Amino acid sequence: MLTIEGVTKHFGDRRVLDDVGFSVGSGRLTGFVGGNGAGKTTTMRILLGVLQADTGRVSIDGAEVGPTDRRRFGYMPEERGLYPKMPVAEQITYLARLHGVDKRTAGQRTTALLERLDLTQHASDAVEKLSLGNQQRVQVAAALVHDPEVLVLDEPFSGLDPMAVDTVLGVLREQAARGVPVLFSSHQLDVVERLCDDVVVIADGTIRAAGSQEDLRRSAGPAAWELLVDGDVAWIRDEPGVTVREFDGGYAVFEADEPTAQRILQRAVQHGTVGSFAPRVPRLSEVFREVVR
Amino acid sequence: MTSHFVDAVRLVTVREIQARVRSKAFVVSAAILVLAVVVSVVIAGIIGKATADDTTPVAVVDGVSLQSTDGLDVTPTTTVAQAERLVRSGDVDAAVVPSDDTLGYSVVGLEDTPTDVVGALSVTPAVELLQPGTLSAGLVSAIGILFGVVFFTSAVTFGSSIAQSVVEEKSTRVVEILMAAIPARALLAGKVLGSSIMAFAQIIAIAIAGAVALAVTGQDNLFTLLGPSVLWFVGFFAVGFVLIAALFAASAVLVSRQEDVGSVTMPVMLLVMIPYILIVSAADNETIVGIMSYVPFSAPIGMPMRIFLGTAEWWEPILSLLLVAASVVVVVAVGARIYENALLRTGGRVKLTEAIRG
Repeated sequence: MLTIEGVTKHFGDRRVLDDVGFSVGSGRLTGFVGGNGAGKTTTMRILLGVLQADTGRVSIDGAEVGPTDRRRFGYMPEERGLYPKMPVAEQITYLARLHGVDKRTAGQRTTALLERLDLTQHASDAVEKLSLGNQQRVQVAAALVHDPEVLVLDEPFSGLDPMAVDTVLGVLREQAARGVPVLFSSHQLDVVERLCDDVVVIADGTIRAAGSQEDLRRSAGPAAWELLVDGDVAWIRDEPGVTVREFDGGYAVFEADEPTAQRILQRAVQHGTVGSFAPRVPRLSEVFREVVR
Repeated sequence: MTSHFVDAVRLVTVREIQARVRSKAFVVSAAILVLAVVVSVVIAGIIGKATADDTTPVAVVDGVSLQSTDGLDVTPTTTVAQAERLVRSGDVDAAVVPSDDTLGYSVVGLEDTPTDVVGALSVTPAVELLQPGTLSAGLVSAIGILFGVVFFTSAVTFGSSIAQSVVEEKSTRVVEILMAAIPARALLAGKVLGSSIMAFAQIIAIAIAGAVALAVTGQDNLFTLLGPSVLWFVGFFAVGFVLIAALFAASAVLVSRQEDVGSVTMPVMLLVMIPYILIVSAADNETIVGIMSYVPFSAPIGMPMRIFLGTAEWWEPILSLLLVAASVVVVVAVGARIYENALLRTGGRVKLTEAIRG
């Protein structure tokens, strides 16, 4: 488990992170969400040791992380970058070796990874000669080639073509299944919702919410329900214990506790045909708006 | 210092050298510099030989006895008239004809006094120098220019290439991946080391090419004369270039675009240019060269120059080299701090004071 605690960071007089703390569980895909300038990239850079925090600590399973441990981290920065004139395979091998992998293993892993990412035919091409999508795949290879024990990816899906999105998704799931703590930031909340086990929300340099996605969404507001019937559901407004949130002819979203909701469902069935009835868990975007406010 | 750090420095150094060797621009410019030195040595040799072997054609009338005919190409003639005809036709530069004065002969020319002939016929008394070793001003400034040009071109070529490679890593953003894997200082050390090794290799190549050219063209005496100062030059350059490379790297890291490299490295460029201008314009000024031989930026030119002139005590190059080494330590320490602090700051130009404060 990767843990960051009590991290504060100033740029000049501006405080960009204030007592930031959360954990990324082993084998958990954790989404890190927040608006632009909320502090996502700074937090990730501190995790990677690329930036130094003013105070606070980063630990794995309780032990503070040092430079040697960090070489076992895989990182994909938001600002993508590789040496444009360096051949693909050579570059990936070079990066593996900078992470402390020996020459032979680095070569083997590079070959295997390029195979996995469909890049074998470009192995000896300069990176700048590749299409943008392929360059992104090389970037993914760069983050994975040293078999990282922790994976931190800053906006891994931004600028990706759909094919590459699938590749990256596959790779992230694979890594998590291997037991690696995976943290990735994104402002595409639908992607995070679809993908993540856990979610951390940051705004103005403070952590506003952190935990499993399910818990976060369930606890985000009062229980709500969605009802679709043939005909009109205007009668629902007069039911005791019900707050109607949305209403449109035969469609309504309302807040109510469980017994009241069941009563409403029975009434609906008596009134006519019920198209659908379901508990409505808030979307991640709703949770986000709620906690960031 | 951990072995990881050393490994990282080694990997970066090797990559730096590979990237350099693969660049056509580098290979071509290095070849041109080596070639230029060889060509100038060969030309100097040809001119020297031509001057040494040059003889002046002259007609000598029978009955004239000359003490020496060194430097003269004698055509014997029987009569004065025949000799004068040869002068008029331009076959010879002058004629030596019998006369009644003390020497027993006189020189006949066409339009001007044939100084070569007069010189060759003059009697030169034996000369004893009480303070020998004063070299001709021409040779001194030629050697000064040679050291100056080699130092300046190498420093500028390799200095700008390290500056460009620093900015390349920033502008392509690869630097963040590198920093996540290795310490910024290891990256800087590897880059400085890689450039320094390449610059040093080029200097060695030039020195060897120059020495071989001197030997082949039979200018061994110049080779002996230059030997010690060239060796010191190479030594000074090896240490001094680290200083220059660190300065170029620390300046370049303040910007993030290739277009800005020129303006941000201008102060360092001037620092390198000043000794070059001084040595070219004042190679024979002892005070200026004396000062230059102790200032870290100009010592690689100044001290070898003084060794060549024979004006340096045996301990002076050692002291000066220690000074250069000490300034390398200071500059590298400050440079590394600037580098570490400015490496991730992309966008506008980072202020120097901010980069030092962090």
